[in-house]
Amino acid sequence: MSKFIKLKKGFDINLAGKAEKKIVEVEQPETFAYKPSSFHGILRPKLKVKEGDTVKAGTPILFDKKNDKVQHVAPVSGEVVEIRRGEKRKLLEIVILADKTIEYETFDKYTVSDINGLSRENIVNQMLGGGVWPNLVQRPFGVIADPSETPKAIFISAFDSHPLAPEYDLIFKGQDQYFQAGIDILKKLTPGAVHVNVNADAEVSPMFAHAKNIELNKFSGPHPAGNVGVQIHHLDPINKGDIVWTVNPFGVIQIGKLFLEGKYDASRIIAVAGSEVTKPQYYKTYTGASIKKFIEGNLNSDHVRFVSGNALTGHKINADGHLGYFDSLLTVLPEGDKYELFGWIKPTTQKLSFQRAFGLFSFMFPNKEYALDTNVKGEPRAFVQTGIFEKVTPMDILPTYLLKAILAEDYDDMEALGIYEIIEEDLALCEFIDVSKHDIQDIVREGLDLMRYS
Amino acid sequence: MKFLREALDKVKPHFEKGGKWEKFYYIYEAHDTLLFAPNHTTNSKGVQIRDAMDMKRLMMTVIIAMIPCLLFGIYNVGYQHFLAIGQPDAGFGDIVLIGLIQVIPILVVSYAVGLGTEFTFSVIRQHPINEGFLVTGMLIPLVMPPDIPLWQVALATIFAVIIAKEAFGGTGMNILNVALTARAFLYFAYPSQISGDVWTYIGEGNKAIQGFTGATPLAIGAETVENGKNVVASLSAYGNGWADGIYEFSNMFFGFMPGSIGETSTLMCLIGALILIFTGVGSWKIMVSVIAGALGAGFLLNGLAVNEFMAMPAHYHLVIGGLAFGTVYMATDPVTASQTETGKWIYGLLIGILTVVIRVFNPAYPEGIMLAILFMNVFAPLIDHYVVIANKKRRLQRATV
Repeated sequence: MSKFIKLKKGFDINLAGKAEKKIVEVEQPETFAYKPSSFHGILRPKLKVKEGDTVKAGTPILFDKKNDKVQHVAPVSGEVVEIRRGEKRKLLEIVILADKTIEYETFDKYTVSDINGLSRENIVNQMLGGGVWPNLVQRPFGVIADPSETPKAIFISAFDSHPLAPEYDLIFKGQDQYFQAGIDILKKLTPGAVHVNVNADAEVSPMFAHAKNIELNKFSGPHPAGNVGVQIHHLDPINKGDIVWTVNPFGVIQIGKLFLEGKYDASRIIAVAGSEVTKPQYYKTYTGASIKKFIEGNLNSDHVRFVSGNALTGHKINADGHLGYFDSLLTVLPEGDKYELFGWIKPTTQKLSFQRAFGLFSFMFPNKEYALDTNVKGEPRAFVQTGIFEKVTPMDILPTYLLKAILAEDYDDMEALGIYEIIEEDLALCEFIDVSKHDIQDIVREGLDLMRYS
Repeated sequence: MKFLREALDKVKPHFEKGGKWEKFYYIYEAHDTLLFAPNHTTNSKGVQIRDAMDMKRLMMTVIIAMIPCLLFGIYNVGYQHFLAIGQPDAGFGDIVLIGLIQVIPILVVSYAVGLGTEFTFSVIRQHPINEGFLVTGMLIPLVMPPDIPLWQVALATIFAVIIAKEAFGGTGMNILNVALTARAFLYFAYPSQISGDVWTYIGEGNKAIQGFTGATPLAIGAETVENGKNVVASLSAYGNGWADGIYEFSNMFFGFMPGSIGETSTLMCLIGALILIFTGVGSWKIMVSVIAGALGAGFLLNGLAVNEFMAMPAHYHLVIGGLAFGTVYMATDPVTASQTETGKWIYGLLIGILTVVIRVFNPAYPEGIMLAILFMNVFAPLIDHYVVIANKKRRLQRATV
């Protein structure tokens, strides 16, 4: 049963520097990296390669000793040139110097009709070995799915409502058959439905509209309408003991390719966007690409921040850094480490606020684009303002009470107030609008970790 | 403005860890951040951009919304003074001058003493200075009678900041509205200076005009319980000969009557309410439900009236006493009000009802709104508790279906 759900709460952050809709072919970056930090809950990462080893695209390079069936594989072929570690020898990046032409590990290949005959066991094993499994994210907790579990349903959000998000129509063009194959595979993993949730406010690409074996749901409204957590809440909410999986369309396509082509294909189209990018546009590359090649001669100023992912949930990376496993977007923002005389009261039209106390007449210019910098714009305070988080959280959840329960480490309350239904990204807008400047996404993760390891 | 920044940067090391004034870091920080929005940037994880709104802006918006009440209050203090001493033709300049002479010292004492207390606590407890007092420091003078001794203002401010706020951990943790605690403190500690005939500033050497009693509309209303006269007629009759029609409905709506400095004008409160609602800083739900509660209780009492005060038309409750001021600026305090959206309706409604009930049935406490808000401050967490339980129940019921 397909549903149409209209959401009113939320907030679209209209950032300047949207990527122009063209895909540019440039020389491929020299290095690609696999970043365990893209995932939550990798407890004891064990390397399978060392510096100097050569790998193919799809060669296992890492596994988690606590979840050892799931192989993490190299996105491209080449030589492992560096294993970057941080404090306490925490594994940060496995950097691979890429070959000019990518060589692939070969996996079993199936035709579309073969797939229907495959057993669940066969599918799971091929996905685990073929490196596509980490695309499956389990809710609650937002961690890599456990292959021994059976989810009650699988959810795919077919649009991204984050600021400057890449257009799915463009980056997944021509992948229809792989997407369908991926859906057929996923359908075998769950007794429930595979939900594909599309944007009701835009034209739906045929890849999603014509897909079979799915429940097609339409969501309308401002961000976070595209967040899969919000969609789950309205379709089939997660209760205590439930397990659902989420995948993004890139993951579905990658799964489809693994079965139809017999290879682990990490090629993807990424958007480079933001107010500090001279020519914001799309590039063809692979997962974990070094951003060097995309920013060379393409910046408006020197003092910028590179963000792997979007401005709400992304990670800061260095100018020689690499994109994360799930990221198809590099956001470049002006760094905001400067003082501003009477910045908190000076009238301006350059700043964006969800609330009318700032930008009193901004509602008259709904299409104005803002070049926001990374300044915190205030100091941390106790929770004071009420009723505001609810306005950007289109779920029947009381964010302030949930956050306070987490801070108090009250397990019963966390559970009762719905911590299983959210991960960081679902409350990212609360963090953005918070006048008390809490690190809400950190608090949410803290709560999820408490629940998971209790 | 570069030299200012450089000057601040020059003294900054003295306040940082290891500096000679390390203990006073938060006092330095408060001044620095007031002058310059700080240069902090977002963390490497989490949101990379932040909304422009911060606590300073939030609190400043409330202060801006109070300015109409303050300006009108200054004028009205002078105006009532000249009315009471029988010089209704005094010029605008004289009126404002008297008002300024009475109001500004109270304002200065409230801010100076309150901020001093805050600074002291920030040094002792080593916590940042919160902007909350900027609002409290303005609210306290506005709910004081114009002739209040300054030492009482100072004492009440210290009491309120320490007992109502810092004892609980500062702004955001307090249970009671700080400004109302200051007033309640005076009300019970020094009743003779904050009740009865204190609402008009006469001044030494001046004599009140014949017929002036200093009675407020609420006091006149309370008297009718005993003397059985019609409230509206009594109100209209007051001021005959020296201030005709001072307690007519329209005059009370505009606020040209005795009372606390900032609370007399319903019109100014209405302007403030519009600012708060339009900017989204004050909860319109609370304001609407307080008014609905007061009117509802007023109508109910009209229906059941056994004395003249009960029979007073319900809409009179909105313009006499501090109901309008309390509704707009105090009931909406986000920290002490109900924090859930459903809770706000219940909280406001009960404040409105209680205000009228206290006014009408308890002649010892003619001003109901102060006690009603403080009482509901205490109950707000309980209201929220049940709203939260309802949310939890919805989630549980969903699971069993």
